[in-house]
Amino acid sequence: MSYDLKMRVWRGDADGGDLGDYTVPVETGEVVLDAIHRLQATQVGDLAVRWNCKAGKCGSCSAEVNGRPRLMCMTRLSDFDETETITVTPMRTFPVIRDLVTDVSYNYEKAKQLPAFEPGPPDADGKRRMAQVDIERGQEFRKCIECFLCQDTCHVIRDHEDNKEKFAGPRFFLRYAELDMHPLDTHDRRVLVQGMAGIGLCNITKCCTEVCPEGIHITDNAIIPMKERVVDRKYDPLVWLGNKIGIRNKDNDGRTEV
Amino acid sequence: MHPDEYGVTRATFLTRGPGMASGTAPGVGGPTRARLDARTLRTDTWWLYPLTTFVVFASFVVYATWRAFAGADYYAAPYLSPFYSPCLGDCVKGSSDFGQPFGGWPLSAALIVLVFPLGFRMTCYYYRKAYYRSFWLSPPACAVAEPHRSYSGETRLPLILNNVHRWFWYAAVVVALILTYDTVISFREAGGGHVGLGSLIFVANIVLIWLYTLSCHSCRHVVGGRLRHFSKHPARYRAWTFVSKLNHHHARYAWLSLFSVAIADLYVFLLASGAITETRFL
Repeated sequence: MSYDLKMRVWRGDADGGDLGDYTVPVETGEVVLDAIHRLQATQVGDLAVRWNCKAGKCGSCSAEVNGRPRLMCMTRLSDFDETETITVTPMRTFPVIRDLVTDVSYNYEKAKQLPAFEPGPPDADGKRRMAQVDIERGQEFRKCIECFLCQDTCHVIRDHEDNKEKFAGPRFFLRYAELDMHPLDTHDRRVLVQGMAGIGLCNITKCCTEVCPEGIHITDNAIIPMKERVVDRKYDPLVWLGNKIGIRNKDNDGRTEV
Repeated sequence: MHPDEYGVTRATFLTRGPGMASGTAPGVGGPTRARLDARTLRTDTWWLYPLTTFVVFASFVVYATWRAFAGADYYAAPYLSPFYSPCLGDCVKGSSDFGQPFGGWPLSAALIVLVFPLGFRMTCYYYRKAYYRSFWLSPPACAVAEPHRSYSGETRLPLILNNVHRWFWYAAVVVALILTYDTVISFREAGGGHVGLGSLIFVANIVLIWLYTLSCHSCRHVVGGRLRHFSKHPARYRAWTFVSKLNHHHARYAWLSLFSVAIADLYVFLLASGAITETRFL
């Protein structure tokens, strides 16, 4: 069954722009990205939109639908009333390039600052081994598709441009956590996550978790554990004492601070 | 144009109310961002959660402050209000099972011990989310611009002190043990035992207190989360798995235990002040 969808779509560039009103014929079962594509094909051929897989796995079509950071390809029209006007804007945390396309290079700069996985020497037979239970722990973090919706919704940088320099954002706390929990990694990044990545700026209001299209528990499983690891390193006298007398922190053996 | 030139004050944010307020906020109103006047384009009832949280928490704070400073009507044998337990000050006869080491304390005895459960909740990861959103509007909801011009999160005093949550968790375990003792003796009666409405309220309260305490993120970290090799610590891995399941419901336990502790205290107050008499089942 088809109907006419009322849409408001932001059009413009760094010099300015505004919401434009459109009416787009859509079919039952379609998603917002389908409507955007039809709008582009039939009415505004120069509408800039970034997309790729249409299956929620490439992380390209991130935008804000009715003010909420969403993947357009995973936002079903059936979630809205047929009479409702759907507003689509680019992500409002990153510099706009044109229409729905933003410059997300901030994220790539932050990725460069994160020291990569550094395994220790292999076993005698030249292989490295991990128990299944240790592998499973990091699998949740590997689901990240780098859509950067968590970065987009994070108020630390969304509402405070000046924090971008000193804050890596939830996507990269996920990576810090994955590496810090990795049994074969030899880097200790706890000083780094507090200093350069600025985890102390996060006030754990959980918006990153709310918008994650992969359902990763970013706050509970990555950010808070990393905050607790920073507490281990810096704010817990019991751990400090345990280290001094050699009964604590044996699990961190073999790591060097970076 | 500097982003701050788009800034709005907290007062204008609040007076304009939620929704499509005019004017842009710092950040989303910055010069490189897509030019939009609205602070948020959300059309759902995003303001309901922070508003509800604000009303409920503020009500609890008012009630708890009154009861903590009252210094009266906190003991009706065998029930001792959880706000006053353990009663270490100059408490009424029969209420100090752990002695009165602070017998010379001039103020309400609740003020001696309340700092521990209060500190535990104030530094709790869930409560932090709740009060940052509802009391400080930082942010009021996801993708709704906050009214503050600058933001330093938990990097400076006083909010950096939230890193001591683990210490309050240690204390909260001790408090929970003492409240467990109070619950056991709530079935006590001269010449035998009894089951009253108060006993059942105390049982419900201590169950929720333990669920809240054990589901804490710091607990999850301490029992096993801090490890890098689960495979080398199977017992701690099982403990971590159990706490992780509880942790999933931490927010729910935070709310329910807040209600239960207030209800337990209210019941003791009503008994002690003579407003009601005990409902007995056995």
